[in-house]
Amino acid sequence: MTAVEVHNLRKEFLRRDAERSGLRRRRRRVPALEDVTFSMERGECVAILGQNGSGKSTLVRLLSTLLLHDGGSAHVFGHDVFRQPRAVQRLVNRVSVEASFFKKMSSTENLSYAARFYGMSSRETKERIPEILGRVGFPEKRRHESMEHLSRGMQQKVSLARALLTSPVLLLLDEPTTGLDPRSKLEVQDFIREVWASHDATILLCTHDLAEAEVLADRVGILDRGRLLCLEPVDQLKERFRSETLEEAFFAATGREFEQENEDEDAERGVFA
Amino acid sequence: MRGAAATLRHELIGLSGVLERNAYLVKRYVWWELAFFVWSLANTLTIVFIAKGIHAAGGKLDVDRATTTLLIGAVIWSYLGVVFEILTETVAWERWEGTIEYTFMAPLARPIHLIGMGFFAVIYGVLRTAVLFAVIASFFSLSLGGANFVAALIVLAVASVSFIGIGMMTAVLPLISPEKGMQMGFIAQGILLVISGVYYSVSVLPQWMQWLSTISPATYALRGIRHAILDGYGVGAVWSDIWPLIVIGAVSIPAGLWIFGVGERHAKRHGKLKRSG
Repeated sequence: MTAVEVHNLRKEFLRRDAERSGLRRRRRRVPALEDVTFSMERGECVAILGQNGSGKSTLVRLLSTLLLHDGGSAHVFGHDVFRQPRAVQRLVNRVSVEASFFKKMSSTENLSYAARFYGMSSRETKERIPEILGRVGFPEKRRHESMEHLSRGMQQKVSLARALLTSPVLLLLDEPTTGLDPRSKLEVQDFIREVWASHDATILLCTHDLAEAEVLADRVGILDRGRLLCLEPVDQLKERFRSETLEEAFFAATGREFEQENEDEDAERGVFA
Repeated sequence: MRGAAATLRHELIGLSGVLERNAYLVKRYVWWELAFFVWSLANTLTIVFIAKGIHAAGGKLDVDRATTTLLIGAVIWSYLGVVFEILTETVAWERWEGTIEYTFMAPLARPIHLIGMGFFAVIYGVLRTAVLFAVIASFFSLSLGGANFVAALIVLAVASVSFIGIGMMTAVLPLISPEKGMQMGFIAQGILLVISGVYYSVSVLPQWMQWLSTISPATYALRGIRHAILDGYGVGAVWSDIWPLIVIGAVSIPAGLWIFGVGERHAKRHGKLKRSG
């Protein structure tokens, strides 16, 4: 069964020029995604690799119903993302680079109200929240502590717990380990692997961590300046670009080093990332 | 039928989530709440003492009646401010905390989300206003024995529907303008303050402002509540203030939802539905 089907998806943003034309600043359209086409099967884990400003977050936000497209189509389990957003919202949850919580509230409080938005009653959350926090390795004694007192790694674990609490069939992970220390990063990656193995979840992982993409994903795509250049299993990707490593494949596909960023263009595009 | 019941249950649970979240925030920010309450108290007292000040300066007026008139104006204005503030926070606070994307991608119907915020604002606002009124009244030996508080509360309850509707309209401002939206909301509040007769009768306003005052729900709320508290009027006697509130409420809620919907689509098209920073 097809979990995600994206066809010629396009998104542009209006950008004001620094220079003025008369009294007003000129505006121009900057493409964030250009005719992106791909599909994902149910239960698959697909990683999209790209630098800052490549359009990864725009793709995630479009599939999360947080953006409206400018062309093409996107379907999640047969539901049109832009015409049937409520149906899609019931199936999707997300973990982004920033954990994003009400910082004075505790992990339990944050998870509790968020679960209500997905129709979970207090009886359900009373059982499920301690269980899921336990699964992500969150210490029991800290469950009533304000989020602001928790480390980034700890907050990201709660973020994973929030996403999993609603049992999404499509999990969108937008750089979930960026900025984490090596130990927290491994713990979060282990948990993603465990969730993928134990849940009937389809995972779209957007990352600029090549190793993470290689170990977690069935297929890896390269998104460069809004264009999806390829989407294949890592071995095929390396073979196609006659590369030893994913980094070399990325270089061959984009013509740029992975860490090298075109400052002008990426600064402009970075506002959408 | 079963599907409709399940949907209703889902939405009601979602609405309870909005109330639950706001209750947690009040609990966690209790010292802020206390500080704002003390500030409101001081501000209201300053206004209410004006009647005594005028009398002391030789002005001729019924001090008790003028004090109560100002007290009602200041307290209702404070209530209106709380309702607007909470509704505007639907977007502004979430953007600040970074939770906005998670809330707006959740399968919660926007009318339920906004009505939940409005419902919380009214519960919280009424409790806060009642305490504020009681504390301020205790500073003055006002004789409120003839006041009809039930009728006053009914007027406030009916007016709250309109306040929520207008609050929904101002809540959209931070959505379409992340930097200036909150401040634009203050402008809308300020206009209501001028034209609604918060501290004076609207009859003292220039004619064009008096016309504007007829579309402000605060005008009818203040007049009705003043009649109920100062003159002991019952619901029947203040009906002339209640029915315009019902009409404004019936228009402002759908209008507020529609405007918010338009704003949300604009924000989704232009990528504004995201956290600050």
